[in-house]
Amino acid sequence: MTIALRTLDDGAWISVNDSRQVSVSDVWTLSRGVFCDCEPAYVLLEGFVDVGVDGSIVTADAVGQCLDCGTRDSIDRLPIGQIVDGEFEPYGPEGVQSLVEPGR
Amino acid sequence: MPTDVEQWKDELYGTDIRAEIEHFAENGWESIPDDEQDAWFERFKWYGLYHQRAGQESYFMMRIGPPGGVLEPGQFRRIVEIADEFSRGPATNPEFGNGWLDVTTRQAIQLHWIRLEDVPEIFEQLEDVGLSTVQACGDSWRNIVGCPVAGKDKHEHVDADALATDLHDTFKENEAHSNLPRKWKVSVTGCDEGCGQGDINDLAFEPAEKEIDGESVTGYNVRVGGGLSRNEPRFARNIDVFATPEQAVEVAGGISALFRDHGDRENRYNARIKFLVDEWGPEKLRETLQEEYIDFELETAGEDLRDSYSYNAGEADGKHDHVGVHEQVDGNYYVGLNVLVGRIGVDDGYALADAAEEHGSGEVRLTQRQNIILTDVAEENVDDLRAEPVLEDYSPDPHPFQRGSIACTGTEFCSLSIVETKNRQVRYGRWLTENVTLPEGVENFHIHLSGCTASCAQPQIADVSLRGMKTRKNGEPVEALDIGLGGGLGEEPQFASWVTERVPADEVPGAIANLLENFAEARDSDEQSFREFVADRDDEELADLIEPEETNYEDPFMHNTKRTWYPYAEEDGLDESPAPARADGTPIPSDD
Ligand code: HEM
Ligand code: SF4
Ligand SMILES: [Zn+2]
Repeated sequence: MTIALRTLDDGAWISVNDSRQVSVSDVWTLSRGVFCDCEPAYVLLEGFVDVGVDGSIVTADAVGQCLDCGTRDSIDRLPIGQIVDGEFEPYGPEGVQSLVEPGR
Repeated sequence: MPTDVEQWKDELYGTDIRAEIEHFAENGWESIPDDEQDAWFERFKWYGLYHQRAGQESYFMMRIGPPGGVLEPGQFRRIVEIADEFSRGPATNPEFGNGWLDVTTRQAIQLHWIRLEDVPEIFEQLEDVGLSTVQACGDSWRNIVGCPVAGKDKHEHVDADALATDLHDTFKENEAHSNLPRKWKVSVTGCDEGCGQGDINDLAFEPAEKEIDGESVTGYNVRVGGGLSRNEPRFARNIDVFATPEQAVEVAGGISALFRDHGDRENRYNARIKFLVDEWGPEKLRETLQEEYIDFELETAGEDLRDSYSYNAGEADGKHDHVGVHEQVDGNYYVGLNVLVGRIGVDDGYALADAAEEHGSGEVRLTQRQNIILTDVAEENVDDLRAEPVLEDYSPDPHPFQRGSIACTGTEFCSLSIVETKNRQVRYGRWLTENVTLPEGVENFHIHLSGCTASCAQPQIADVSLRGMKTRKNGEPVEALDIGLGGGLGEEPQFASWVTERVPADEVPGAIANLLENFAEARDSDEQSFREFVADRDDEELADLIEPEETNYEDPFMHNTKRTWYPYAEEDGLDESPAPARADGTPIPSDD
């Protein structure tokens, strides 16, 4: 089955099948090196730019800022959840995340 | 590839949306097919309906945009009645109760907690008095802003009210201009004080004079491509065009059509015309306008009045807003009233409508500083008006900290927001008023608080700019604000520079208090304005003057207000949300 994935309201949401699933303006915990040198890095996502899938993993491109060192940058392919039996299961921002490498 | 939004707009947009809204309203919220919600909510924006944030499903924000902020006699009262009857939420706001209306920075009114089922009835009640929500949101001509005392003011050079109304009548519900790549914000200024804030709009008409065939003609210079959003603020750029009042509508139509045809529809983040002006430069824009869109020879820019612009210009004297009692050209008075963060409870709303009718003509105008103005008050009525009890809270002579406060919607309703805004700004204003003495000669001090970089509260053009952020304090993520300084309009507008970032929200009042104390000590003389003082120093020096600290100010919103269904509810968790709800307020059970 196809899943409808899109960003909405100027990057405020990731919508999955017309339901607002992942919200911008949350603090995500990222492992060292993927965004800045902080360990871990607490990164406030300021806007979603795009959304995609990699196998069953839903990834988002976003713009964010590290709350400790202040680095502001874009983030590519941040895993935000998984499709299991056609349903979206969000990972939530608290768990430590790495980015999905291209070509995985 | 065109975006989803572009595809939805292609399928159905503009006035065709009305019948669909009526249909869904009749059959109830649940009749919107699950897999079409994103598309419908995007389209509803064109009719001024914005689906509220997560946890508030099935409730809408409704925006009503009167051109130039002019509410004719009877219109303000009608909006209060609508707010009273239809704008009541499932929970109470501790500062504002339940049932209110918000005056916005683009001279519109926003109502919240609107149910789709009530919308046709509300539309009827609005239309009955000549009001509408058309194009208040969505990708087209938004509410046309302008000098809020146009037609009444002694400083007026050209009749901005007439042009704003002409533009409104021509471009609202105009099929050729109803589907633009992005929002389209237009400002008309007619006075020599610059209160239309044209510099931060997509298209600005500004008063000017031009020698044409040996005769001096009054009209407008044209600027294009201003806007504050997304960390990419721009001032509108001079495209070297003068338009007579007769030509102005055609010029506006040409530029709107140019944007329609040449704006970026592939990438919404690059779609505003400010980015097209970046790419093309003002010369190419003018050339294309002349060649493809305008039938007559465009005049080059005339003599403008920008050197007298005093509105929000940060000068020690000069005009900063429209609050207070001011004489009109006809000898009557207009009385500008302070509205704290733009929010008016319905009971106060009725009292203000009564006061406007009893002492003035009943007309109420909305300003870009979230305030209101009662016009046409005869000289002999001014004292009686001032004695009305409702003017104790909505004062023509407020404390500078309250007068200068602007706050956007924030996490209360807005999906983009990072922090709580309006209640916090009210608390800041109260604390500052009680605890901080303004330095000598400072009678105006603007503090603008926006919950995110979209900048609805126009933070970059304030004395103290506040923008929502997060930080970590004692290991916990807490709501925080970036603090910017140096912004303002005037002849040479400036955006604030974000001097100190990620200050925990409970340390911001202390930071402002320290900053003002340091300013009072270090300024050259009592004549130096705050803006001049800031302009004289680099960011590092300024950062040293800010000194955030905890004080006896208490902030009840330090936790993640975004993760609540309503930040002030007793049980505020997202899973406690009563939404979505049916028209009678009963929650709709989810099917999983
Ligand atoms: C439900 C609440 C609101 C939502 C969801 C919302 C949505 C947005 C969005 C998505 C943007 C940024 C998009 C862009 O400009 O590229 C924006 C910008 C803006 N909005 Fe709002 N908004 C809300 C409330 C308001 C309010 C209360 C005002 C006050 C008049 C307002 C006026 C503006 C202004 C002035 C900007 C500045 C950006 C610019 O055009 O330069 N909005 N809003
Ligand atoms: S500035 Fe941001 S948080 Fe505030 S109303 Fe606008 S979009 Fe929402
Ligand atoms: Zn970092």
